[in-house]
Amino acid sequence: MITFSENKLKEAQRIINRYPQGKQKSALLPLLHLAQDEFGGWLDVPAMDYIASLLNIEPIEVYEVATFYSMYNLKPVGRHVFEVCQTGPCMLRGSDQIIDYIKQRLQINVGETTPDGMFTLKTVECLGACGYAPMMQLGKTFREHLNEEKVDQIIEECRSKAARNN
Amino acid sequence: MPKIFIDNTSYEVKAGKNVLEACLTLGFDLPYFCWHPAMGSVGACRQCAVKVYKDENDTSGKIIMSCMEGVRDGMHLSIDDKAAKAFREQVIEWLMTNHPHDCPVCDEGGSCHLQDMTVMTGHDYRRYDYKKRTYVNQYLGPFIHHEMNRCIQCYRCVRFYKDYAGGKDLNVFAAHNHVYFGREKDGTLESPFSGNLAEVCPTGVFTDKTLRQHYTRKWDLTSAPSVCQHCSVGCNTIAGERYGGLRNIVNRYNAEVNGYFLCDRGRFGYEFVNSENRITKPQVMHQAVDENALMHHLETVLTNHSLIGIGSPRASMESNFALLDLVGKENFFCGVYNEEMMLERRITDILDSGKIPVASLKQIEDADAVVILGEDIWNTAPMMALAVRQSVMKTGGREATEKTPMPEWHELAVKELQQNTKGFMVNVTVTETSLDEIASLNINAAPDDIARLGFAIANHIHPSLELKNFEEAVLAKAKTIADELLKCSNPVIITGTSCYNDPVLRAAFDIAAALKAAGKAPAIAFVVPECNSMGLAMMRGHAFDTAVRRVNREPNVTAVILEQDLYRNLPAGIVDEFLSKCRNIIVLDSLNNATTEKAHVLIPASTFAEGDGTLISYEGRAQRYYQVYVPDNKYIRESWKWLSRMKMIISGKANGHDPHHDSVISSLETALRQFAGISAAAPSSGFSIHGEQIPREPHRYSGRTAMLANRNVSEPKPVADGDSPLSFTMEGYQGTPPSSAIPFFWKPGWNSPQAVNKYQQEIGGDLIGGNPGVRLFVKSSGNMPEFFKDYPEHFRERQNKWLLLPQSHVFGSDELSVYSAGIAGRSPEPYMGLSPVDAKMLDVTEGSQVTIKSEKEEYSFPVKIVESLRNGIVLVSKGLPGTQGMSWGNWVELAK
Ligand code: SF4
Ligand code: SF4
Ligand code: FES
Ligand code: FES
Repeated sequence: MITFSENKLKEAQRIINRYPQGKQKSALLPLLHLAQDEFGGWLDVPAMDYIASLLNIEPIEVYEVATFYSMYNLKPVGRHVFEVCQTGPCMLRGSDQIIDYIKQRLQINVGETTPDGMFTLKTVECLGACGYAPMMQLGKTFREHLNEEKVDQIIEECRSKAARNN
Repeated sequence: MPKIFIDNTSYEVKAGKNVLEACLTLGFDLPYFCWHPAMGSVGACRQCAVKVYKDENDTSGKIIMSCMEGVRDGMHLSIDDKAAKAFREQVIEWLMTNHPHDCPVCDEGGSCHLQDMTVMTGHDYRRYDYKKRTYVNQYLGPFIHHEMNRCIQCYRCVRFYKDYAGGKDLNVFAAHNHVYFGREKDGTLESPFSGNLAEVCPTGVFTDKTLRQHYTRKWDLTSAPSVCQHCSVGCNTIAGERYGGLRNIVNRYNAEVNGYFLCDRGRFGYEFVNSENRITKPQVMHQAVDENALMHHLETVLTNHSLIGIGSPRASMESNFALLDLVGKENFFCGVYNEEMMLERRITDILDSGKIPVASLKQIEDADAVVILGEDIWNTAPMMALAVRQSVMKTGGREATEKTPMPEWHELAVKELQQNTKGFMVNVTVTETSLDEIASLNINAAPDDIARLGFAIANHIHPSLELKNFEEAVLAKAKTIADELLKCSNPVIITGTSCYNDPVLRAAFDIAAALKAAGKAPAIAFVVPECNSMGLAMMRGHAFDTAVRRVNREPNVTAVILEQDLYRNLPAGIVDEFLSKCRNIIVLDSLNNATTEKAHVLIPASTFAEGDGTLISYEGRAQRYYQVYVPDNKYIRESWKWLSRMKMIISGKANGHDPHHDSVISSLETALRQFAGISAAAPSSGFSIHGEQIPREPHRYSGRTAMLANRNVSEPKPVADGDSPLSFTMEGYQGTPPSSAIPFFWKPGWNSPQAVNKYQQEIGGDLIGGNPGVRLFVKSSGNMPEFFKDYPEHFRERQNKWLLLPQSHVFGSDELSVYSAGIAGRSPEPYMGLSPVDAKMLDVTEGSQVTIKSEKEEYSFPVKIVESLRNGIVLVSKGLPGTQGMSWGNWVELAK
């Protein structure tokens, strides 16, 4: 069975303790983030079951939540995940073209990962940055006012970062 | 009563309702999906839009969801408003963008709420020409078929399954246009209420898988109002037939009994009717004979013999009475031992006294506290357990909303306010049960200790006796419970015969009586084993022990055994002895079993589907079921018809005709006073409306002229039904029939089960003309002490002996429903439960084979260790193969 490292477990406990007795389920979202970070950027069934056991809830209650939010990856993802907003405002500002351009550049479809494991393309709903549409989320940052050049730059940047870290 | 204006006409409506309910009650056709009368409003589907106006001068108004807005005096609204109509049409249009439009191959077609609502809004042209999203369907077990593409995301399924029924294995996954309703992976839906999904889901996502094996559209079914045969609750059902086979069972609304729902045993347990094991021909000495030969033979065995009859807890009142009438009151017995009979007699005595009213399921739902003593109702009376769940949840909701103006129908808001607040419910049972998780307090104890706790509770509420030798802990618990009960106003006490323990029943009465003395309005419910156990108990036949003595004394006895397998409830040794002493054995039954094998004369009886009858539920509610269809096999007839013919043989009045139902019921009423009023359970056979009968077939019934053409190209004349006001045709009165004679729910534009709206006085309320059934325990007669007070000694383990008690199972413990493959498949393997300490003492582990020795019989089962079980008790899965004739409630020996 998979488990958190000791540190992460402490962290998990701290989160759980934020909530009153009987309301441990409230810790579900942060715990899933924790698990996603810890277990390779995505949540497999054992990971979700592990979280269920930590919170003393049924596994199905975890699946229900994990499948709802696009922030949780239920399949392995690449090192860099492009989460491109496709909701109305971004769409009006050309998110369709951006998505098509990324597909063509990376030779993958939405929901897929490049064979080298470098990039995953996801589409998501409004990220609350409509004023900077079209936009996407990359890791912990927003990339805004996207156009083809910017996409090229971002891809380059990711590749060189990866090269540096290897 | 608030007055509201709908499209400028004024109407009086009931306060506290939402606009949707009010409009539907007034008879308006307003479409909706997510709202359900039993589950309230969540405002999820946006289908029920109407326009409201500030006042009569406001001409623009605004669109609101009618299910989310309460009625207010002077409210102005419009259903016909152009914008509101356009809005509703648009909602359907978008809900339908991904819908597969596969009505021709969809099981829901013809009884589909989505079809009805689509037509109602006028959406008839698809403009969206993109790809539809599709899903992978799941295997959900033997009862429910899954076809996710048809989903319109109303969330009714999860709201019913999880919230209403407490199921855990159905859920909603993902979001926006790929939201998914199903299990986490393929597998059987575990809740015993899963079948309701087929009616709750307004589309063809969840449908009845058993119907699918022999599929028929609703409009092609010949249907009749029926009553469930699988426990003592007496849920109202509709049974449908085509081509001589029973096709399905669906809910028949009764506001006081089962409301909108059924349990899976009741819904899917019907296949015994179509079983290969049916008795199809009369037999004399195991040889099939024709009717003449049968009658001839009956004449010789019925005359010049002394007759005794054994009545049946699963046969109708008519059949039991016809038997009593044939053999005489003094010769009428029940197929159970004296001890068991005394339990049922205790119950009828208590109810007869009228001191404490019986609780209907509706009253249980509305109760503000529930105490369950010694009965695992989840398994013995499933729909009662569902009612208890509503009491717990709704009381919690009521408590939480007391100080707010929040109306009860506002589901999500009430839930938010409620959080974990629950109504008070104590579940005192022999071992853990599925209701434990919502109980305020669970106590597992031996029957005598359950009774003692009960008496202690009663005494705390209303001191009437001196409690000697009571442990402090028990007294403390009793005090907590009593204090809580004293805070409530209409508590319900539930108990039953499963403990085989009379003190438990008396304790339940004492609690109720004490509550009454304390100024409360308590009600009581006694669960009994079979669908007509209560009716049989009310007949007050003699115990089987007496019958055995009788045949041992008298050499020339002809025994007439009605619809039961004696070997199921009595030790084989005793039954063998009894049968061997009878000169002649006449058995009437529908299915072959160990008893029918011993019959000298075997007579095929109809099941509920091929005959008429009345059953008396735990509530003392007499309810009529009607023949659904005329079987091809002319030998299959109600037992009461056969028995009445036998009577005519004896009296020399045989004329080759069957008696009519009306005459049997009226003789019952005159002969046995306790059944006075039973004839009002249904209209008499002569009843008609404008000279028309009530058709069992919808006016769209197809194939009538051709379906029998393989046998005869001329269309046969429909059979006349001399027993009821229902006809076996599609012609007849098309309006609303009397509430106890509704063969199917249908109104123009309303083809789905939700047509029931049009049969109710108010939405979610009583049926027009009152709810079906007559309660027989209403007059107070008979004496009853104020309190019983006589508490038993506290339970003591015995050296090398164990108290044998049954563990019932929704699937498996009932004799008839296990003929349905799906139910048989879900029955557990037979087992015996022991406490961990006892298992250790016997040096056995989980799975070890252990033998149970009672007086004459031996049984052997694998051991299951039951943590919550008290030492000194052995628990055996009731009704499963190998458990026949066990002496429940007696002390037995165990051997490795
Ligand atoms: S499966 Fe049926 S009940 Fe459930 S959300 Fe879909 S349409 Fe509604
Ligand atoms: S609760 Fe009893 S009467 Fe009701 S459907 Fe289930 S088995 Fe039938
Ligand atoms: S629509 Fe893209 S961020 Fe809001
Ligand atoms: S029925 Fe009112 S919003 Fe669904």
